[in-house]
Amino acid sequence: MELFTNQVLAGIATGAIYACMALAVVMIYQAIDHLNFAQGEMAMFSTFISWQMMQWGVPYWGAFVLTLALSFAGGIAIERLLFKPLAKAPILTNVAGFIALFAIVNSVAGLIWDFTIKQYPTPFGSSPFLGSQLISTHQAGMIGVTVLLLILLFLFFQYTRMGLAMRAAASLPESARLVGINTSWMIALGWGMASAIGAIAGMLIAPVVFLEPNMMGGVLIYGFAAAVLGGLSSPLGAVVGGFLVGVFENLAGTYIPGVGNELKLPIALALIITVLVVKPAGLLGRPIVKRV
Amino acid sequence: MRSATIRSAAFWTALVTFAATSGSALAQKKYDTGATDTEIKVGHIVPYSGPASAYGIIGKTEEAYFKMINENGGINGRKINFVSYDDAYSPPKAVEQVRKLVESDEVLVVFNPLGTPSNTAIQKYLNSRKVPQLFVASGATKWNDPKNFPWTMGWQPSYQSEARIYAKFLMKEKPNAKIAIMYQNDDFGKDYLKGLKDGLGAKTSMIIAEESYETSEPTIDNHIVKLKATGADVFISITTPKFAAQAIKKIAEIGWQPMQIVSNVSASVGSVMKPAGFENSQGILSAAYAKDGADPQWDNDPGMKKFLAFLEKYYPEANKLDGSVVYGYGVAQTMVKVLQMCGDDLTRANVMKQAANLKDFAPDTLLPDITINTSPTDYAPIEQLQMMRFKGEKWDLFGDIISGELSN
Amino acid sequence: MSAAEEVVTEAPAVEAVPKRAMTLGLGTSLVVLAALVIAPIFVKNFIVFQMTQLLYLGLAVLALNILTGGSGQFSLGQSAFYAIGAYTSAILMEHVGMNYALTLPIAAVICFAFGFLFGQPALRLSGVYLALATFALATAMPQILKLGFFEHWTGGVQGLVVTKPDAPFDLPIGQDKWLYYFTLVITIGIYIGSVNLLRSRSGRAFMAIRDNEIAASAMGINVALYKTLAFGVSAAITGVAGGLGAIAVQFVAPDSFTITLAIQLFLGMVVGGVGWLPGSIVGSAFIIFVPNIAEGISKGLSGAVFGVLLFLVIFLVPHGARQVAMIAQQMLGKLRK
Repeated sequence: MELFTNQVLAGIATGAIYACMALAVVMIYQAIDHLNFAQGEMAMFSTFISWQMMQWGVPYWGAFVLTLALSFAGGIAIERLLFKPLAKAPILTNVAGFIALFAIVNSVAGLIWDFTIKQYPTPFGSSPFLGSQLISTHQAGMIGVTVLLLILLFLFFQYTRMGLAMRAAASLPESARLVGINTSWMIALGWGMASAIGAIAGMLIAPVVFLEPNMMGGVLIYGFAAAVLGGLSSPLGAVVGGFLVGVFENLAGTYIPGVGNELKLPIALALIITVLVVKPAGLLGRPIVKRV
Repeated sequence: MRSATIRSAAFWTALVTFAATSGSALAQKKYDTGATDTEIKVGHIVPYSGPASAYGIIGKTEEAYFKMINENGGINGRKINFVSYDDAYSPPKAVEQVRKLVESDEVLVVFNPLGTPSNTAIQKYLNSRKVPQLFVASGATKWNDPKNFPWTMGWQPSYQSEARIYAKFLMKEKPNAKIAIMYQNDDFGKDYLKGLKDGLGAKTSMIIAEESYETSEPTIDNHIVKLKATGADVFISITTPKFAAQAIKKIAEIGWQPMQIVSNVSASVGSVMKPAGFENSQGILSAAYAKDGADPQWDNDPGMKKFLAFLEKYYPEANKLDGSVVYGYGVAQTMVKVLQMCGDDLTRANVMKQAANLKDFAPDTLLPDITINTSPTDYAPIEQLQMMRFKGEKWDLFGDIISGELSN
Repeated sequence: MSAAEEVVTEAPAVEAVPKRAMTLGLGTSLVVLAALVIAPIFVKNFIVFQMTQLLYLGLAVLALNILTGGSGQFSLGQSAFYAIGAYTSAILMEHVGMNYALTLPIAAVICFAFGFLFGQPALRLSGVYLALATFALATAMPQILKLGFFEHWTGGVQGLVVTKPDAPFDLPIGQDKWLYYFTLVITIGIYIGSVNLLRSRSGRAFMAIRDNEIAASAMGINVALYKTLAFGVSAAITGVAGGLGAIAVQFVAPDSFTITLAIQLFLGMVVGGVGWLPGSIVGSAFIIFVPNIAEGISKGLSGAVFGVLLFLVIFLVPHGARQVAMIAQQMLGKLRK
């Protein structure tokens, strides 16, 4: 029983990482109806920028806020410069664009900051949380920030005009334009916000996994999986999905004999696919009704 | 009569001398593709991109080293033309790049190719083409097989021999230990694990838990949690730097205090101990064959001084705390030595012959008293290691130099 | 206010390719064929090896074109079928001693079965969900291949070394050239077969499903059958490509078949022109040669250079090589006037 509790707790701790990333994924999906493969790399790059600032003497929170602003601006810039010209191109071409962006960001980060791992500070400290040695104060802080972000996003999408406009622009662009929404700038805004959320995710994740150019590769897959599991239209689903994936993966690794440990990721993904077959829009997503 | 004798003696002497010198004159300069009077082409592959791109530093270090050699007159008057390609740690790409090196660039040797899968992919090809696959950058044991693969030679101590040293140490110092092992699920991890088990021999029951992990996992924290729950008091970490650091940090965080042994691959102060936290790394054991750039005890060591001077002039942006830089220097120096020993006979066969003829060669960066030795039946250049314990901010070497030689 | 999100099916994710543009004209085809047949006589063995790579990777891209461009199912998992094909050939050649040519049809059949089976749960998924499912398949494959359970056959993490075949009947051409012509014949055969498939009734069914699945189903097309069939056929061709790849490279290992391969095949399809079969070889050329070019420009930034070149291509010709061909056709038409 103790092992079970331990693994569940450890799963929640890892799941917080996935949940963070999943929020950024959902954000971009809400904006452009697609998954951006380069999301993880952009988050990594933002984290490096904040690290560099701290190396130059900027205090943690100052670097944090500056990086958020820069990431927001950067996200908008990337969208305007690279993806607006592709707006009329087929979707698959856009996906190729995401892949190209991934390659560029990863390579440039490797050149500037090389591949040795770097320690990244946490504002929450690393001592055991509430006496439990399994969850540190940092991980508790991570969960807290994720939940806070979730609430903010929920309020944004449900109760602000901008949020409503963004959702309209993403799901029914023609109609949105007809009511006067500048759909083009909605997309740019979506990119900016996703970029900023990604930066937060990166800065929360780095203290646990150590900062290096390849740190987000594995996390992104889990982020996608969590977002899809929870429902791509639901930020709450993304967070719940993240925790579920983390816990399930740990339990599968611990209790499925023989292959459980080596096939952790495939088993987690298989679970998600099974859920999707039963509930195609994810656990908390709204079902999509297609009409001819 | 006497003058006739003298004349015929002189004639015979002259004839013999002529034959002797013309024999060696004929043996004066011999070249295979890739070597000429003015240059020696050395081929190389390493991942410069992709998930293993951290190792690209080795290629850059070697390039800088050969540049230094060239600026100081080259090898017996010939310049080294270092042709290095990216294999992205993908075996098919490695095959493509090596074929390019051999068939298109026409190099003399393929030097220090990195990674067990890539090297396995190119081994048969290079041996069938009789092109030296020299100083393979991988600790797999199978590169020491001159009978079946006479053109392939490793360099660093094999993973299995290092693992056996740890096994011997544990059997002696902690015979009732309960060992938990975490290993990377690839050739490196599995080779090590085999070495540990072989080393423990009849006492493999000391191992009470084995956990493997994939490099695609963002963090290995949950494996550590699982291993602590087994109640083990020895933790062996067969990991690459990022995961080694994560493990050290997590172990400290959850208040577990086993005896920790970390593989040499991850024993770098700059890449592992420092990010993980010096306070978390006290007492960790490992073994080394080379000097650590971060260790001030080598500040006045002549070999390290040369190394640091080289870095300053030819590769100033290098991170001397990165074990890959020290590694690149050492193996490049060995290559240069072998080529020098070839003299003017730069055939591939002679390169292999000289490589199999290194006696007590000590590159600048190896620990004192550790030397390179090879013979036609021993294709393992470095077989010695010394154990060390982390104290304060550096490694303290202790004990004797141990030979991890496998007595197969 | 309904809780469900209503989506009017707008333009399909994969756009239709007019049937006439599906293949090259007869003249161009003959020229390309001639080039492919004659070129190896004049170039070094290493180039012949690269041309062989061009062909079998082109086959894999072709398979993806049938699946995505033909039936509209997005797949990031082709590397899994490629791996199965490669390992099938390798295991049959090394453990059973089978002749290399015979391993290919077996690889095709096995992969068809796997593809068909995978197509079943995939029926319920589309778009980004299908992408994730296929992505999961691709990431799972290397780990399955490493499993200790299969190690005796697969060689585990160490992989299997494959012996390269010699030309039969003691023909005086080298191994590389022989393998190239062998691959060329198979590629041409599969290409012609695919073109015919897409022109046939099944092909029309695929495209109907791609353009508007609900309408197709309303018209009486057995959507489930055709979708899984598309997966099966695509997997089979990818399997053959994998088998050829294993023989050419002479080595299989789990690390050879990662998600990177699946992404490369996807990029090859986009650059060649989605759904345009002749573009497959252009796409394959892109993924083989452009990374080398990028490396030549800058070793440290090879990834970035590759990304930039990719961006250039998709900015200039968002529809890939097909767009280039159409422009060329238009220009030729103008010249003729």
